Amino acid sequence: MKSRGRNDDEKTRRKIEAMVEAEERYLAQLRREGLDSGAAPLRTTDRRSFLAVAAASAGGLLPRIASANAAAGAVERAVPADPTKVQGTPTNDDGGYGSRSQFESEARWRFGTPTKESSWTMTPLEHGMGVITPSGLHFERHHGGIATIDPAKHTLLVHGMVEQPKKYSMADIRRFPSFSRTMFIECSGNGLTEWSKPTLKTVQGTHGLTSTSEWTGVPLALVLRESGVKPGAKWVLAEGADAAVMTRSIPLDKCLDDAFIAYGQNGEAIRPEQGYPIRLMLPGWEGNTHIKWLRRLEVSDVPYQTREETSKYTDLMANGIARQFTFVMEAKSVITFPSGEMKLPGAGFYEVTGLAWSGRGKITRVEVSSDGGKSWADAHIQGPVLPICHARFRLPWRWDGKPAVLQSRATDETGYVQPTLKQLTDVRGLNGPIGSIYHLNAIQSWGVAADGSVTNVHA
Amino acid sequence: MCTLELGRWLAFSACALLVAAGCATQRSADVPQAASPGGRLDLGTTVTAAELANYFSYPADGRGLPPGSGSYAQGEKVYQTKCIACHGDKLQGSPLGDRLIGGRGTLVNNSPAKAPVKTIESYWPYATTVFDYVKRAMPFNAPGSLSNDEAYAVVAYILGEANIVAKNEVINASTLPKVAMPNRDGFVSPDPRPDAP
Repeated sequence: MKSRGRNDDEKTRRKIEAMVEAEERYLAQLRREGLDSGAAPLRTTDRRSFLAVAAASAGGLLPRIASANAAAGAVERAVPADPTKVQGTPTNDDGGYGSRSQFESEARWRFGTPTKESSWTMTPLEHGMGVITPSGLHFERHHGGIATIDPAKHTLLVHGMVEQPKKYSMADIRRFPSFSRTMFIECSGNGLTEWSKPTLKTVQGTHGLTSTSEWTGVPLALVLRESGVKPGAKWVLAEGADAAVMTRSIPLDKCLDDAFIAYGQNGEAIRPEQGYPIRLMLPGWEGNTHIKWLRRLEVSDVPYQTREETSKYTDLMANGIARQFTFVMEAKSVITFPSGEMKLPGAGFYEVTGLAWSGRGKITRVEVSSDGGKSWADAHIQGPVLPICHARFRLPWRWDGKPAVLQSRATDETGYVQPTLKQLTDVRGLNGPIGSIYHLNAIQSWGVAADGSVTNVHA
Repeated sequence: MCTLELGRWLAFSACALLVAAGCATQRSADVPQAASPGGRLDLGTTVTAAELANYFSYPADGRGLPPGSGSYAQGEKVYQTKCIACHGDKLQGSPLGDRLIGGRGTLVNNSPAKAPVKTIESYWPYATTVFDYVKRAMPFNAPGSLSNDEAYAVVAYILGEANIVAKNEVINASTLPKVAMPNRDGFVSPDPRPDAP
């Protein structure tokens, strides 16, 4: 059947092309604004000096810069030639909620799906610092847009195989004993474009579907105990209050172990796009299971076989059999500096840095190679290293100016070592251009050319 | 499967949970000791069957499926009105909506040059999932707006076009769970990972 799958091939190709285009639009915008990441790591300094020059030439206060409206999350203010000679912005002039510098413009970009409601955005990991992702840069995946919910009217239902079905207002939920946990969430589709060949150019494109926040909420076990789970129960269906009415079946064991219901993110209420007012949290498991806008938990003896756990979020192997309920995000790491689309100005000292994480616990080791994996050096991991959380690693590196291939390799506390792409595809096969789609946690390679330019390569 | 018997959790469970969750500095004194027998905090309110009737989820055995029914012919009319814009006149899909039929025999494949064609016909293991999803989230521009009859009918139409059920068969709460989907045995669990290296 020569024509078999032609439509689907085209759809897959369109999908990948749309993603490439979305990344390209973002890069073009950066170039227009003089923020070409080719100048990284000094790019913001470059823009600042450009603006300083412009300000000086304007002979004092600089009015709004015509070519650069304030970036999302920033307020454009006049820039004095000498900030010591004029008073600054009045206190609390921001209305009581601060914004970032107008000179900072990194942003999520959206994958170019035909609808904006079923789509996703990527975290700009290449500009990240430390381990926390700013709430406004946390990646998103929506299936029916971002629900707008009045917390005064929101309720959480708990029913099914329980002694006492219950309903909780947000005020009720806030009365439970609470705790905070800093942890990553990663979409299991992170990197899906990279199975068969290097496709996206930046680390935002290849790895931007992972983010870390401090989440605050209530242990799910405490909530379930209020209702009393009946013997024989094994699964809990979680349902969201968005237009997709997203549902996933979660094993009860996980619900009674470390699952929780979050209402806080990085010290404030969870963001609308992260599930305001509450979201299910399942540490270490694929992002789709962290049901946003959580409104209902139904305890059951069987999984519900929802659309998202059958037709999506299953991993089709080369033999035609799909793995189902593949929840855990395995250990993974990526170098964020230097990374794709950057340009090193010349030979000499650089600090290689990046992130490592594992859904099975703590990262215990990160190794870095500059020769495509032939030799490795242990990177320093910034402490404290938290379980199921991004860990920041760093390694001093003196680049000799010759072509190099940078890689990082993570090991977690179970002893699991991040595999190569070949090791993954040897086992799982390559079922189409985007392979088995989910759970690509292979070692990432960045090629450094003699001119200092950094590109996404398979090595 | 439930390895933790809830009764064991009584007085120290909240504390244990917090420690397990990485808050080792949390002292037990921080945790309310005012739990009633059974360790319950007596929060929340009871919920009635009437309230619960507003929600649904249908597992593969079909429990809880609502009354109503639909035929291929009725479903074709619903499809032409409410589904065709995104899923196409031949259920072939478009950039806006997934392809719904075809693709049998394409799942075994180890070539990056070809893509498997994953549709309801070729990939979905349970027909109950189609009904659940259509009723839950379709059509995209008016999610959750189909009546039970309309949703059953659309499922009958799709399954008929997919040559999975006869076009004269009526789909309802009794017949839907009995539909034998072609890829019913195409899934494995539990998760075999770690599988590499």
